[in-house]
Amino acid sequence: MAQATAHAQGQQHPIKLYLVVWAWLFILSACSYFVDFFQVQGLLRYALIVLFMLLKAGLIVAIFMHMAWERLSLVYAILVPISAVLVFVAIMTLEADYTLLSRTIFFGPGP
Amino acid sequence: MAEQAATDLRVIDAETSGLRSIASDFSSDRQAFRNVSWGKAMMWIFLLSDTFVFSCFLISYMTARMSTTVPWPNTSEVFALTIGGTSLPLILIAIMTFVLISSSGTMAMAVNFGYRRDRKRTAILMLATALLGATFVGMQAFEWTKLIHEGVRPWTNPWGAAQFGSSFFMITGFHGTHVTFGVIFLLVIARKVWRGDFDHERRGFFTSRKGRYESVEIMGLYWHFVDLVWVFIFAFFYLW
Repeated sequence: MAQATAHAQGQQHPIKLYLVVWAWLFILSACSYFVDFFQVQGLLRYALIVLFMLLKAGLIVAIFMHMAWERLSLVYAILVPISAVLVFVAIMTLEADYTLLSRTIFFGPGP
Repeated sequence: MAEQAATDLRVIDAETSGLRSIASDFSSDRQAFRNVSWGKAMMWIFLLSDTFVFSCFLISYMTARMSTTVPWPNTSEVFALTIGGTSLPLILIAIMTFVLISSSGTMAMAVNFGYRRDRKRTAILMLATALLGATFVGMQAFEWTKLIHEGVRPWTNPWGAAQFGSSFFMITGFHGTHVTFGVIFLLVIARKVWRGDFDHERRGFFTSRKGRYESVEIMGLYWHFVDLVWVFIFAFFYLW
């Protein structure tokens, strides 16, 4: 019922919510910048980059784009197809490994 | 009779949550996205297709970078700027990120004030968003100029793998184009807000549909998407 009224008048949320999310996006961006600034290397670097990226993306989609308050059928219609991208990433990872292998074997510096 | 009505209500209530609601929405023999206007649904579907476009760019960049035998240029040094004698890594990109996030913040607030029918604040916040967006594009133009002067081309660059240039120009170029169109789109809608089109339900010159403040939210969806894409470009292209 509350959802229905919210929709009748359009999305209505307190301004404070947006300011808090904005502040978090600033903090998370600063964090990902510091990953590079302090030259964190190795697995920790990639883990931190992906973590901050996903948190930022989640905040933008859920709060700024109001996905958190949309009907579940719209949310699924938009988010489920994106999983196809992950399949594509997996395929291209295998393909890239194979290309690198052939390049190293056949085009690498001779013995 | 009253009992029957109560049961119906319970059925409807059960179908407003979880997977059951999705099943009932899609099998309702009516529009699938209830309470969602066609304009908003279409914008979401456009954004989904645009997600695939940018995904393809980022995946092709990933494939090029993973399969090259030549070392990839160190983006931390390539995009470093010397400010006041000290070299700061990626500083311009970091500033661009903050500018774009700020524009997303002002846009979200514009949508909010739009639904409160606060005409002036909505228009001013949208203009601020457009200004920040234009600043972003300006900084990107500066970055492109700097790299082109340093000899980066789509087919070569002085630091390593040749694919760096093509990936860079393709990905940031496409994103910059999206931001540019977003700025134009923002100015068009901001003008409508300022003129009071959405208060008087003035009909659009092209669609002849009544103006509604929902247009601001649909505009906002596009703008936040542009910011969202930058989050991924920043992580994968600049930081990785």
